[in-house]
Amino acid sequence: MSGKYKTPMLDELEKGPWPSFVTEIKKAAKKSSMADDELGQLEKSYKTKRGYWKHGGIVGVLGYGGGVIGRYSSLPEEFPGIAHFHTVRINQTSGFFYTAKALKEICDIWDKYGSGLTNMHGSTGDLVLLGTTTENLEAIFAEYSSRGWDLGGSGSAMRTPSCCVGPGRCEWSNIDTLDITYTLTQEFQDELHRPAFPYKFKIKTAGCAVDCVAAIARADMSIIGTWKGNIQIDQAEVKKYADKGMNIQAEIIDMCPTNCMAYDGKTLKINDVECNRCMHCIAKMTKALRSGKEKGATILIGSKAPIVVGSLLSWVIVPFIKADAPYTELKELIRKIIGWWDDTAKPRERIGEVIESEGMRPFLEAIGVPPMPQQVKEPRKDPFFFWSESDFK
Amino acid sequence: MALPKRQTDIGPPKYDQFLPPIIKKNYGKWKYHEELSGGTMVHVAESGDKLYTVRVASPRILSTETIREICDLSEKYCDGYLRFTTRNNVEFLVSDQSKVDPLVAELKQKKYLVGGIGDRVSNIVHTQGWVHCHSACTDASGLVKAIMDDLHEYFTTKELPNKVRLAVACCVNMCGAVHCSDIAVVAVHRKVPTINHELVPKVCEIPTTVASCPTSAIRPNPKDKSVIINEEKCMYCGNCFTVCPPIDIHKPEEDGVAIVVGGKVGSLRTDPKFSKLAIPFFYNEPPRWPKVVAAIRNILETYEKNAMKHERVGEWIERIGWESFFKLTGIEFTFQHIDDFTFARDTFRTSAAFKY
Repeated sequence: MSGKYKTPMLDELEKGPWPSFVTEIKKAAKKSSMADDELGQLEKSYKTKRGYWKHGGIVGVLGYGGGVIGRYSSLPEEFPGIAHFHTVRINQTSGFFYTAKALKEICDIWDKYGSGLTNMHGSTGDLVLLGTTTENLEAIFAEYSSRGWDLGGSGSAMRTPSCCVGPGRCEWSNIDTLDITYTLTQEFQDELHRPAFPYKFKIKTAGCAVDCVAAIARADMSIIGTWKGNIQIDQAEVKKYADKGMNIQAEIIDMCPTNCMAYDGKTLKINDVECNRCMHCIAKMTKALRSGKEKGATILIGSKAPIVVGSLLSWVIVPFIKADAPYTELKELIRKIIGWWDDTAKPRERIGEVIESEGMRPFLEAIGVPPMPQQVKEPRKDPFFFWSESDFK
Repeated sequence: MALPKRQTDIGPPKYDQFLPPIIKKNYGKWKYHEELSGGTMVHVAESGDKLYTVRVASPRILSTETIREICDLSEKYCDGYLRFTTRNNVEFLVSDQSKVDPLVAELKQKKYLVGGIGDRVSNIVHTQGWVHCHSACTDASGLVKAIMDDLHEYFTTKELPNKVRLAVACCVNMCGAVHCSDIAVVAVHRKVPTINHELVPKVCEIPTTVASCPTSAIRPNPKDKSVIINEEKCMYCGNCFTVCPPIDIHKPEEDGVAIVVGGKVGSLRTDPKFSKLAIPFFYNEPPRWPKVVAAIRNILETYEKNAMKHERVGEWIERIGWESFFKLTGIEFTFQHIDDFTFARDTFRTSAAFKY
């Protein structure tokens, strides 16, 4: 099947030490004429400097409005194998944990019905199967769902939630990111599979402010683990860091953004009232410092990429919320947030954009969150502020 | 052959069935971790149990053949337990210390790159590109391959002042966190799109198309049942193309990529930051984009040479000032660097204190 095309430009990208995606496509092309045609079309793109994919069409499986993204070559006569080359999003496991047995089963099904190419993983988090035909979709869904796998989100819907490794393998995690992500994914199955929102809505959960899942930059709702109470210090371990050559003054004390730490060569002191929980000291002295004992999450809303009026980072809405199973308070908050957005947004408006145009006050009032200084970097500078009837009491 | 019975709305399988026994036992009770090399680390639990992680690079596009090979390795060395990172690396989760070195040896023998842990360049988060996206104006996978072939030593061994997160987006939709990366490549258009007036009435909703434009550059053209673009206002974002394909934004000979720098997502020391424009344009030069690769190495090496320990790229630039960044890197400052969009007024200097 393979080798239908000469690919001198792509062959250049098989050289060098970094693993080659071209080699991966060629491996798939040994078994799949779809992958071979993908290779042929890609070589053409490299020559002409443009892509040859049409916009996504509406394809899917019965009863779902998402999870499959239609993709068609704009050159179907030249590359018939990729006339249809749809993407199937399989909802990944929390924290991307797998067993070899499960992954091999996923591969076996995919080889039977698709190109044999995957993305491990897509940007939102899904296990992405790249390239199949419309007529195979129902069979693919039956095979995967009967083995316990479901489709992820696409279109104007709840998108597949994702998270960092969390308590699975990280000492910094303040919340159970894996369980929160699993529970919320189960809670919002209908919203995930049947797009009924103004636009996409992404939820990402990070165990601490290091934010290894980039929740604050690319999730409409960013759930970030935090704590209250004093950072726990093991002075003996502090000493070991110093003994091993760490310049505690320069690397820790001087880099603390709130100047709340002091070190006299023997004892490390933290003025916890001034600490803003940025994670620098804990991350650099992980054996010596642990976060405070009262755990919870900060809820931030609104981040997105630049289309169309500029990128947004998520804004703090709820500084501290308890995030323990069964997460009742968290689920209720999400329902209120989505409800307000759904009622207020124009088509294709992300929640951050709606808050920007409507103002923070209507949003906070709708979800029942009071104004707090933690929500802003600074109060307003202009004198143009609104008053509501409820303010005249 | 009859298909098995489908199920709906079951969601993903629960994570716990994929966790190795050592993680189940010590879940949420990890005490600390230590980096053992550029690509290996050990997590120590309060119980004293030790979990070893071996991380390797992946091109993200993986064939089932390679996934099976990775699975075979995980069965041989760590009872079949593995995971992927948020930056698309593969991690082998090894609970038997004696198997770490043999695993690393076999990985290296099979040409896997072991690395990506600690103050290094980890895998590049990237988008689909020409491989599989309709709106791509460069190939993300090819750029990543070319950049990381050049920087692979920063993945495997060489250390930097802090971690450096790279990203590549094949258009301004930026699927992935390109807008908050230390150094990122984003593909950009530079010409007003061409409208196919015959097709627009057939496939596009005029009000949606008009509303899609962030600068209000599109207005209806009732005569042709199409639209008109005000060329003065268009900034080539391509959002109209997304909702109305006959408005073709692609101009292969004038499309290319920009480089942005200084973003981060963590709150450590300083607030999360957006990436800002460093270099407005390079032509697409497949297959290896040599000028882009050289420009990224220049920025990375200038950071490596000048930043203080633990400073991210954006923190280093803010400390020295952007005027110094352009001086140290030798990057030309152009009109394109001065913002004239949504955030413009916040970026103009309002102080008499600056450097030369």
